[in-house]
Amino acid sequence: MSTASLQLDAHGRLKHFLSIEGLNNQLLIDILDTAESFAGVTEQTVKKVPLLRGKTIVNLFFEASTRTRTTFELAAKRLSADVLNINITQSSAVKGETLLDTLRNLEAMHVDMFVVRHTDSGAAHFIANHAAPHVSVINAGDGRHAHPTQALLDIFTIRRVKGPDFGRLRVAIVGDILHSRVARSQIHALNLLNTGDIRIVAPKTLVPAYAESLGVHVYHDLEAGIEAADVIIMLRLQRERMQGALLPSEHEYYELFGVTEEKLAVASPDVTIMHPGPINRGVEMDSEVADGSRSVILEQVTHGIAVRMAVMSMAMHHQKKVTQ
Amino acid sequence: MMTSSTQHPDRIRISGGRVIDPANNLDAVLDVFVADGNIAAVGTPPDGFIADHEIDASGRIVCPGLVDLCARTREPGQEHKATIASESLAAASGGITTLCCPPDTYPVVETPADIELIRLRAEAAGKARVVTLGALTRGLDGEYLSEMAALKKAGCVGVSNALRPLANTQVLRRALEYAATFDLTVFLYADDHWLSANGCAHEGKVATRMGLPGIPQAAETAAIARDLALVEQTGVRAHFCRLSTARAAHMVARAQFDGLPVTADVAIPYLYLTEIDIREFDSNCHVIPPLRTTEDRQRLRDAVQRGIFSAICSDHQPHDPDAKLRPFPSTEPGISGLDTLLPLGLRLVDEQVMKLGELIHRLTAGPARILGLPGGTLAVGSAADICIFDPELTWLLDPSTIKSHGHNTPFMGWELKGRATHTLLAGRLVHTL
Repeated sequence: MSTASLQLDAHGRLKHFLSIEGLNNQLLIDILDTAESFAGVTEQTVKKVPLLRGKTIVNLFFEASTRTRTTFELAAKRLSADVLNINITQSSAVKGETLLDTLRNLEAMHVDMFVVRHTDSGAAHFIANHAAPHVSVINAGDGRHAHPTQALLDIFTIRRVKGPDFGRLRVAIVGDILHSRVARSQIHALNLLNTGDIRIVAPKTLVPAYAESLGVHVYHDLEAGIEAADVIIMLRLQRERMQGALLPSEHEYYELFGVTEEKLAVASPDVTIMHPGPINRGVEMDSEVADGSRSVILEQVTHGIAVRMAVMSMAMHHQKKVTQ
Repeated sequence: MMTSSTQHPDRIRISGGRVIDPANNLDAVLDVFVADGNIAAVGTPPDGFIADHEIDASGRIVCPGLVDLCARTREPGQEHKATIASESLAAASGGITTLCCPPDTYPVVETPADIELIRLRAEAAGKARVVTLGALTRGLDGEYLSEMAALKKAGCVGVSNALRPLANTQVLRRALEYAATFDLTVFLYADDHWLSANGCAHEGKVATRMGLPGIPQAAETAAIARDLALVEQTGVRAHFCRLSTARAAHMVARAQFDGLPVTADVAIPYLYLTEIDIREFDSNCHVIPPLRTTEDRQRLRDAVQRGIFSAICSDHQPHDPDAKLRPFPSTEPGISGLDTLLPLGLRLVDEQVMKLGELIHRLTAGPARILGLPGGTLAVGSAADICIFDPELTWLLDPSTIKSHGHNTPFMGWELKGRATHTLLAGRLVHTL
């Protein structure tokens, strides 16, 4: 089943949220608009709406995560759902239980939605393909494939800062593109919104084969890549990848690809600095940039809750239609 | 050699079929006469021949039983996936009379006893000849040479380290030299282990989009370049298994032109599928080496037609359902292929990739020669391993028609054309449709 038909129902509404690929421009904008309406909720004194009262959401994390899991949990709670966090980094796998068995056991507890993170690309698709018809699946990151809610919250943040016309924007994504599900989802989302110029900036060891086919321009020089950029998105560099056959050292990476105030001089004067977190200060960027006035890194985190509320409520809305 | 209790006539006349025997440049409507397990005559009956049984083959094609260069029966060790009995039955119903198994069973095929066990199981099943490759290194550990002389004496048709890496180039060089000492063919999987490590898809546009760890073309070509240098150095006879890239086909063609003793084969799924087929994370398309580009597929087809690849095999890898019910990278690679070898081969003729005679050569005499086996021919006096098929019969591959225990095939649901109606093994009918 194609991604589009897997994650959308017959009326083109969200059933699962697995990847940006398979969405159309209008649905993407609908999600952003819905998130905008939830952004108000999170700023109220009583930060709850009763939309998902009585629903059970399971955060099923096969890979360690603090930030993403926490924002999904908060989003679910603000929608008044019951939330269960299950971390299966080792336990069940060691006991020999298959992913499918884990899924069936949880379904037997009448779960309405799975929020899934897994080390394998395609894991969320697999779960959506095998879940009971009434269950929705939200991809919270699968291997190197997709992290669509992260990409959406980045897009949401850019839209808030720069306005809705992406056609005039130059966006540079800097860092480990090869291993990044975030970058892939961002690129798809930016292309869906007809962004004027999407660039990726990294040494060749961190750029996937045929990267241009994703619809980006590839740069191996930071200053050339961020020249006149309106938005710079830095990616986290995993510690284990900083030494060895991909990169010689943190030091050389910072020298060449670390963003400093000085290097930012070539970017647009009102450039917006983003990072999905957590930051390695002094590797991807220095603290001056991370904490500077052009950084929206903390706003990204706040927006993450509203975006996840939007996606969860829209996918659950589909469920309501099924049961009626 | 067969001990099955089924009744079988001693003398069979196969009448009115189009007999295609590429090894003897034969393509004509003739009768074939079988007596005492052997081909007694083709065309005119031997003096005093009275058939106990006649098979009407009019409208059908009579050719040597197919010889499959690579089929895993999963026995010994993984009988929950399939067995020698189940897969030799599937082979017979697909017109295949000889299966060659790689040594990566559990335990590994590394002693005469392992070969004997497989031989006995195959004889008990009585549906197909099952020959084996012996391990190139002990336990396929890639470090210590196996007892190749003993393996050869016990009947192995070649040696291989299957998909397991060798510790270093020196071990490879010594293993090739030692095999050459006993005139054993070495079956090489062209894979640079370091370049392919952790990969599960062709390193190209599709894998990039899907975020699947890639296996670059160079994993294959770097290994071939190294192996060819060592073949030249050692003089060993080498066979490259399951090549997947255009560049590899070119390198083998060049080596053959230069007179090196190298042959190669391709598995039939690679002549149809490409990287695009994994797009929806279809785990049935998870294979090693990975499915490459449409350009590669075209060049592989050319290489088979030109005889650079003198064999097409099924690369049969039956799995239990659980092996494929996981996220794509965690699934076990491989396609169940015995049921589809003949019909997918015939489709190449329909698509005008090659002539029928060329196809049958690549499925019979070609692989038999690589294995050093006398079969793959209908020559008078040879064992009567015969496939009779209806080239026009269309059928649907579905869970009710597939005979292998492994249902893991991306061709499930395909309408196929051409099906074996009779299979004879040493003159004994082991399959009728």
